[in-house]
Amino acid sequence: MERFVIAILVENQPGILTRVASMFNRRGFNIDTLTVSETENHEYSRITISLTGDDGICHQIIKQLKKLYNVKEVKVMEREKSVYRELALIKLQNKPETRQEILSAVDIFRSKIVDFSPNTLCVEITGETSKIEAFIALVAPLGILEMCRTGVVALERGCSYLNSEIAFGNK
Amino acid sequence: MILSGAEIIVETLIEQGAKTVFGYPGGQVINLYDALYEYSDRIEHILTAHEQGAAHAADGYARASGEVGVVIATSGPGATNLVTGLATAYLDSVPLVAITGNVPNSLIGRDSFQEVDITGVTLPITKHNFLVKSVDKLADTIREAFAIAKSGRPGPVLVDVPKDVQIAKFEYTACPVVEKKAQKLAKDEKITRAAEMIAAAEKPYIYFGGGAVTANVSEELCTLADKIDAPIGCTMMGLSAVPVSHPRYLGMEGMHGHYASSVAQDEADLIITVGARFSDRATGNVAKYARKAKIIHIDADGAELNKNVSVALGMECNIKDALQRLLAVVPEKHHPDWNARIAELKALESEQFERVTAKDRITPYALIQEVAKYAQADTPIVTDVGQHQMWVAQYYPFQNSRTFISSGGLGTMGFGLGAAIGSAKATGKKTILFTGDGSFGMNLNELATVTAENIPVVIVIMNNQVLGMVRQWQTLFFEKHYSNTDLHTRKTDFVKLADAFGMKGYRVTDLLEMPSVIEQAFAENAPVLIDVAIHQDEFVLPMLPPGGCIEDIITERSGE
Repeated sequence: MERFVIAILVENQPGILTRVASMFNRRGFNIDTLTVSETENHEYSRITISLTGDDGICHQIIKQLKKLYNVKEVKVMEREKSVYRELALIKLQNKPETRQEILSAVDIFRSKIVDFSPNTLCVEITGETSKIEAFIALVAPLGILEMCRTGVVALERGCSYLNSEIAFGNK
Repeated sequence: MILSGAEIIVETLIEQGAKTVFGYPGGQVINLYDALYEYSDRIEHILTAHEQGAAHAADGYARASGEVGVVIATSGPGATNLVTGLATAYLDSVPLVAITGNVPNSLIGRDSFQEVDITGVTLPITKHNFLVKSVDKLADTIREAFAIAKSGRPGPVLVDVPKDVQIAKFEYTACPVVEKKAQKLAKDEKITRAAEMIAAAEKPYIYFGGGAVTANVSEELCTLADKIDAPIGCTMMGLSAVPVSHPRYLGMEGMHGHYASSVAQDEADLIITVGARFSDRATGNVAKYARKAKIIHIDADGAELNKNVSVALGMECNIKDALQRLLAVVPEKHHPDWNARIAELKALESEQFERVTAKDRITPYALIQEVAKYAQADTPIVTDVGQHQMWVAQYYPFQNSRTFISSGGLGTMGFGLGAAIGSAKATGKKTILFTGDGSFGMNLNELATVTAENIPVVIVIMNNQVLGMVRQWQTLFFEKHYSNTDLHTRKTDFVKLADAFGMKGYRVTDLLEMPSVIEQAFAENAPVLIDVAIHQDEFVLPMLPPGGCIEDIITERSGE
């Protein structure tokens, strides 16, 4: 079992996220994370899905995605050729006895405090999934009150593009 | 010209080649039906008894003709009644366009009267669907729906049109019939590779499915079989694409396939698969399926390659083009040993058949042979779902492609009568429906349509007073616990029922009188129903138990 990150370029239309998510559900494929947003061209949205599976499942998912009418491009964001990022907001207990430990962890992980109240503080951390998970493991014993993660977003490095029109210089 | 949305729908349907559409009116399509009234000299509308019947009729129309079938329903319950019909068409890759009305845009999302999110409901059972929110998009959306429905691997497309869009006016300009979207052509190296694999094979087996019917490659398949000296087998959905009388044809394989066809597939060292999807009913246990064979898989849908079984060579392409190019490069081959083995298997199959088929009562086989005497090569043969369907699949002597009309993937009981109406309308031919008392009971309301429209259909009910297929499983795998499969307590008199709907009904209970009754029934120049008594414990044989493999094949009933 391997982790795959798949980028999908879709027409920016109502219902398209449902169509994509429904395909995963119907075929019994599990989604680990999913993010969606408009792209540089407002006619298209980009969906990034991360999932765990074998090569066969990944190929099947890509082929099924390509059959969806509003899907324009589908591509695996290969680990070594892409930048992966995820953002997490983590709300922790703000107690004098643990505060220093949290502040050093924040410093070491190059994250930042984005909210501070008498009883709570909130950390924003960005990075690859492994970094975020390491941070969470570190601060978990100090009392996580609430947290929220975006899921993976990914772009290929250099002159590789998801949109083949850009890739072939048609734009 | 400036037209209302409703008129634009009808103009676009006519423009895209729809001659006959099926449907049922209602509050949110009343404008559309007003337009159909206005255009009744240019397009025929068949009113069914129920929207499900209309969906199956449009499906039967599409299967029999190869054209896109069209069905119309109102919002809410009208639209949800299409669901089984759409799912049936989706699983069997049938090109269909469904037009539904919906509440006006202003009322959408307010749980208005007869409002349902039909694009949401049908999302997993359509190839695509549209909600048309403004009239300026209407004609192009319907055109796109036709293009999607018939391109590549065909399928149903639903277009939901709110009432205000049907009322709004917009400019309409006629367009030509939309073309099918071009399919990929197989790469040369793949054709070469396929030819090499065929050249190296000692026991090749050609295996086709419904994709071969869609791609219209009957001739190519037979020529290939002759050139490489291979037997031909098929899935249920492939039936009728190759004539049963073809000397190389072994028939359907799989759960209720012909013995020789299933065993030959198991013994083959190369399976050349054309437009089939390796469904569980065709393969049994995939881990034990065709263990000795390499598989070449040629299909219009790339997602089918390596989906259910791993293949040595997968080709997502235009099937007809690929077969023609393959034919040009494949070497001529002779396999006398393999042919001798095939002949042996066929002899074994005949022996088994002789052993298990009764001669002293009306058997499904005898009935099918008798009925077939009155059919032509192009007579549509429609079935419902269950034992009778398998018997027809096994024994009917199909000659022309597109003459077997049956629900394969979804296995929809109640499909037959609607589909027979559609097939008869599409072909203008007297159509034969084989059904069972269980299946027929599901949608027999469409007899009203049959008589109202004087549809030339001969309905043959194989009446065993049980849900025979489930009963067969209960006999074999559930210690004869006949839970809810015995219909003897029903008091339905199908002959009187036919009479009540305004058609002639016949009953056959005796083997000796069967030929004369069938002769009389076929002599009628009107729709007719024949209720034929079949023994309740007649089995469909052979049978590969679900999840089983070729070693588990059941060829006769054990002593009881």
